[in-house]
Amino acid sequence: MHPIIKLVSQRLALGLLLLFGASALIFGLTEALPGDAAQAVLGQSATPEALANLREEMGLNRPALTRYFEWLGGILQGDLGQSLTNKLDIADSIGKRLGNTLFLACAAAVVSVPLAIFLGLLAVRFRNRWPDKLISAVTLTTVSIPEFLIGYVVIYFVSVKLGWFSSLAMINESMSFGEKLYAITLPAFVLTLVVLAQMMRMTRAAILNLMQSAYIETAELKGLSNFQVIARHAFPNAISPIVNVVMLNLAYLVVGVVVVEVVFVYPGMGQYLVDSVTKRDVPVVLACGVVFAAVYIGLNMVADIVSILANPRLRHPK
Amino acid sequence: MSDTLLKVRDLKIGATVYPPGEKPHDIEIVHGVSFDLERGKVLGLIGESGAGKSTIGLASMAYGRGGVKITGGEVWVNGRDILQSSHGDIRKLRGGEVTYVSQSAAASFNPAKKIMDQVVEAAVEQKKFSRKEAEARARDLFAKLGLPDPDNIGDRYPHQVSGGQLQRCMTALALCPEPDLVVFDEPTTALDVTTQIDVLMAIKEAIADTGVAALYITHDLAVVAQVSDDIMVLRMGNTVEYGTTDQIINSPREDYTKALVSVRSIEHAEKQPTPDPVLSVDGITARYKGLNFDVLHNVNVELHPGQTLAVVGESGSGKSTLARVITGLLPPRDGEITFAGRKLSADLKGRTREDLRELQMIYQMADVAMNPRQTVGTIIGRPLEFYFNMRGSEKRKRIVELLDEIELGEKFIDRYPAELSGGQKQRVCIARSLAAKPKMIICDEVTSALDPLVADGILKLLLDLQKIEDVAYLFITHDLATVKAISDSIAVMYQGRVVRYGSKSEVLSPPFDDYTDLLLSSVPEMHLGWLEEVVAHRKMESAGN
Repeated sequence: MHPIIKLVSQRLALGLLLLFGASALIFGLTEALPGDAAQAVLGQSATPEALANLREEMGLNRPALTRYFEWLGGILQGDLGQSLTNKLDIADSIGKRLGNTLFLACAAAVVSVPLAIFLGLLAVRFRNRWPDKLISAVTLTTVSIPEFLIGYVVIYFVSVKLGWFSSLAMINESMSFGEKLYAITLPAFVLTLVVLAQMMRMTRAAILNLMQSAYIETAELKGLSNFQVIARHAFPNAISPIVNVVMLNLAYLVVGVVVVEVVFVYPGMGQYLVDSVTKRDVPVVLACGVVFAAVYIGLNMVADIVSILANPRLRHPK
Repeated sequence: MSDTLLKVRDLKIGATVYPPGEKPHDIEIVHGVSFDLERGKVLGLIGESGAGKSTIGLASMAYGRGGVKITGGEVWVNGRDILQSSHGDIRKLRGGEVTYVSQSAAASFNPAKKIMDQVVEAAVEQKKFSRKEAEARARDLFAKLGLPDPDNIGDRYPHQVSGGQLQRCMTALALCPEPDLVVFDEPTTALDVTTQIDVLMAIKEAIADTGVAALYITHDLAVVAQVSDDIMVLRMGNTVEYGTTDQIINSPREDYTKALVSVRSIEHAEKQPTPDPVLSVDGITARYKGLNFDVLHNVNVELHPGQTLAVVGESGSGKSTLARVITGLLPPRDGEITFAGRKLSADLKGRTREDLRELQMIYQMADVAMNPRQTVGTIIGRPLEFYFNMRGSEKRKRIVELLDEIELGEKFIDRYPAELSGGQKQRVCIARSLAAKPKMIICDEVTSALDPLVADGILKLLLDLQKIEDVAYLFITHDLATVKAISDSIAVMYQGRVVRYGSKSEVLSPPFDDYTDLLLSSVPEMHLGWLEEVVAHRKMESAGN
């Protein structure tokens, strides 16, 4: 078998195993929390009899392992269960919310990934000169400030003072694509600022590291321009570390948007998760956890696979 | 226009150094070097590390490696002073008029791109040829340089061809844009001797065919004597001697040149085997975990007390693996090792402290074999504490004795490895292994990272110490000159097997097996025309077969 196919299938299998483990962990942790769904539904003042009845009704008396496998079986068939609070199907609600979150994350990624890589290349090209220092200083500043603070500062200046954008990033299905994009401009901008620095610095470091290689000297001695040397000879070899940090940040864009979504009242997964946690809606929290885990593991798996594919030794064995 | 292609006048090159704890300051590393190179001629630049030869070679492309800056003088290429040229003109010069072949082609090819793309890049970029013309030219050069399957080898990636082939591809890369001058920077140093001879011949023929001029940089005078018309001997950034190849080799004027010419003239009378060997290796077969083939096949050798067994072979012959088996780092699949009359445990964990003490090791890279944060005294004192429980003044006295034995002296006791030269570091490693009072030391390529004169000093020291301490050496090397200099018996290894084994005089006297013959005849000799003789001899032999 081609070594690539073997390695990639290993990664896939490992990813699935990891996801399985993550689901067990999420389920176990919510089990370990004090109180359960019955308690949550009936509130603190419920009588023990009422609690026992509801537990019987909801099947909470059965062993945790049984319930876990039922729950897992449901997920595998696309059934995430029902919300406790509004009795709606969780899969439906999450579907819409996840779509919104992915839309926001994609918009931020489309801007931030090429920008980060370009800034990284630029920083290498003007290493230790003012453009490099400026890029480093600005990106480091934005990553050091908590995103909710950036969010509120942006809202204050851009929405309140200038009035260019609404401070609420509400979107719904009746809006056109352009209207949606306009609505999410501010949260996407804040997210971009948050993830830019790490990707840019990693690109810079990975390429600078490669610039010490003998083949870079060879390229310079061919009379290539600095930018040709970086783009043609250094970048292809830096793909693997760059992809890894890009994927980590994309995962963060999906999983970590909670705060930004709350600040801009954006109807995504983050809002949904925060609402459910405050309402102690355990099935929804579980479902959100699994979806986040799947996104995280999936993106990192993609990074691994891209790294494998980017390695010429694996792509073209002897 | 005159025939002078490259004219260097009073070239001065400097660098900024950043010593720890001191302010950064500028130092000069080349102090006013001048020479001329005519079209189609080859000038050899020779010297030890730190002589500035690579720096001068790169200066002919107006290039400074790392923080190196050209601080003065003139470099005229094709009638213009390139040190005064604009950035754009220098880019046209590099890869167009002057090209470069580096020591390690394996590191100098971009691993992510096909060989052909890299070979034609400069020619296309400099608009000397169209992509199509350049590729045709490259295939021509591949054939001329004796590469297998010249029409398709360019489609491979660098890791898919051997080191010797890659070095030839690098030569093709340099010749492809039809330059006026090629800088060859130690192009065969990283190769095995049998490969070196082919690459050397290929380079020499390519130079003759294309009429290109060349700067040939190397530390090996025997090699440069084969390819160059003139030779410049450099030492610490100064010209020592500059003359025709014939004059430098046959009638050197300066003492330093004479020392370089007569290097490796150590004479060592062979000792007779004793009845009781200190080490006997019986039928060792070994493989690495995860491999499905053996890297050692039924190896049998013996080493006698106070003598030297040289294990010689090219890279991949299994000689270092043999050392790993003897030290217990790699338990063999079959066979056993008897040391000082007792059977050694195959696994390192099963060995006694006495086993460890009596069997020491010295490595190729002295600087990574020492803890950079320990002083020389601590490094040498450690085995004294560990094996002999020495403390305080007793330990210090012994350390000073050892430092005297390795000809460094007490003043080195508080120095750190970073404050030592390469040869001094290796001496400290020798002292550390001697501190354990071993019966035997495994020396793994201990001189291959050193300059010839320094290496000579180390070999002499090892021979002297052998007389004083009566220690046996298992000497692993790829360098036959070293073998001749110090061994009492020799084992020639090839693809995991011992193909020839016996006393030095037996192994080095005819009739030879094919491999030993090839190996022996490939060692460059310090006389003009040696390369042609060997190649002609081989052609005759293959025609006769």
